[in-house]
Amino acid sequence: MKDKNSIANTIKVATGVCLVAAVIVSTAAVTLRPHQEENRNAFRQLNVLQAAGMYEPGMDVGSAFERIERRFIEFSSGEYVELDSSFDPIRAARDPARSRTLDEDPAGIGRQARYGEVFLARNADGELTRVIFPVHGYGLWSTMYGFIALEPDLNTIAGISFFEHGETPGLGGEIENPSWQDNWIGTRLRNEQDELVFRVDRGRTPEGVPDADYRIDGLSGATITANGVQAMVRFWFGEQGYAPYLRRLSQQTNNDEVLI
Amino acid sequence: MSDQKPREVLLAPIFANNPIALQILGICSALAITTKMSTTVTMCIAVIFVLTFSNFFVSLIRNIIPSNIRIIVQMTIITALVILVDQVLQAFAFQLSRELSVFVGLIITNCIVMGRAEAFAMQNPPLISAVDGFGNALGYSVVLLIVGFFRELFGSGSVFGVQIMPLSTEGGWYVANGLMLLPPSAFFLIAGFIWILRTFRVEQVETEEFEIGPNTRVSPAF
Repeated sequence: MKDKNSIANTIKVATGVCLVAAVIVSTAAVTLRPHQEENRNAFRQLNVLQAAGMYEPGMDVGSAFERIERRFIEFSSGEYVELDSSFDPIRAARDPARSRTLDEDPAGIGRQARYGEVFLARNADGELTRVIFPVHGYGLWSTMYGFIALEPDLNTIAGISFFEHGETPGLGGEIENPSWQDNWIGTRLRNEQDELVFRVDRGRTPEGVPDADYRIDGLSGATITANGVQAMVRFWFGEQGYAPYLRRLSQQTNNDEVLI
Repeated sequence: MSDQKPREVLLAPIFANNPIALQILGICSALAITTKMSTTVTMCIAVIFVLTFSNFFVSLIRNIIPSNIRIIVQMTIITALVILVDQVLQAFAFQLSRELSVFVGLIITNCIVMGRAEAFAMQNPPLISAVDGFGNALGYSVVLLIVGFFRELFGSGSVFGVQIMPLSTEGGWYVANGLMLLPPSAFFLIAGFIWILRTFRVEQVETEEFEIGPNTRVSPAF
């Protein structure tokens, strides 16, 4: 230890400390990743159940999720496709080979994977009770990830949940608030003319407006987040999103009814 | 400085020299994560771990740390420890780590951690530094636990999630005090803690920096 303030020693100590810290941090990150992925996956499943209104506190998420069928679809055709179960639309959206750049991008997501996933919940008789769709879109300063569940009529919202976002706590963060999410239940996406008229109001939806069924209350102090939510819903249930799939699915269920 | 008794170093920060009550450090996290006992306890354990080991490691290499980059070296050690805690929480206590959100990461900027590294660990041998870190973290934890206990009890009528006072919203008799769930209530509780503490330990009362002069009277000339 000649002089601890010498340049040589400064560089030596800085490098040494950084190396040791880097090794510790990366070892922890790598060894713990499987656990974390598992947790994240379980949390996603929990949110699917929550959106579908099938979640009760304290229930075993894993076994409840077994009643839900996970299918993959092609956005452009709306047809089912068979993919490996590890397929993740969010990750695929970053891969140029499996995604496309959006020209019209109201939800502010940049790229969209060619394939997506849907979750089908059935009751004991095998009848479709809920269809749950993953959605994401840009709010004020973060991408919001969530699930929207539809009733078997494929137009009425049965529930919504957000599992990841970085909106301002207390303002935009209120998208997580269960009482706000409750006012989504029963709201419809398309009117009789099959136009996507769903919207998020600014402030409360006025009493007695004729199209109240298609509107939900806004979030005060979070107009941009609310606009982002509206754009997200319109994008994902529009032609670039799940609309082709929804048409196919409703044809299919109608045919089933004819058969019965 | 060199011959400090471990016992004193360990126990002094709890009441005699409490980092929150006397030095008013680390208030930010004390406001944010004390709405529930479960998050409070997790935060306490995390801070105890980080502070003990950061003091230990900083002290271990204190003789070779160049003084011009000492703060950055301390920060690097603290940051590595905090990331370690964060990763472990995400792996084994996912729900809690979500509730704590950014505040685990913010242990890095907790003034208590930096303060002890700079004020104690840089001048003392590793073991006594670790004891000092542990003691200060305990002092922090004591305040947090008290605040967390009252906030959860009066804010949600429960302790550790176990319902003590049935809420009126669920058919009970207790009307929950919503203010207790908001950050300002932690200010009131910490202030109350300091008040009670200083009633018993008068030496902690700060001397007034200035005295307000008597009212001036209008002179007869006007």
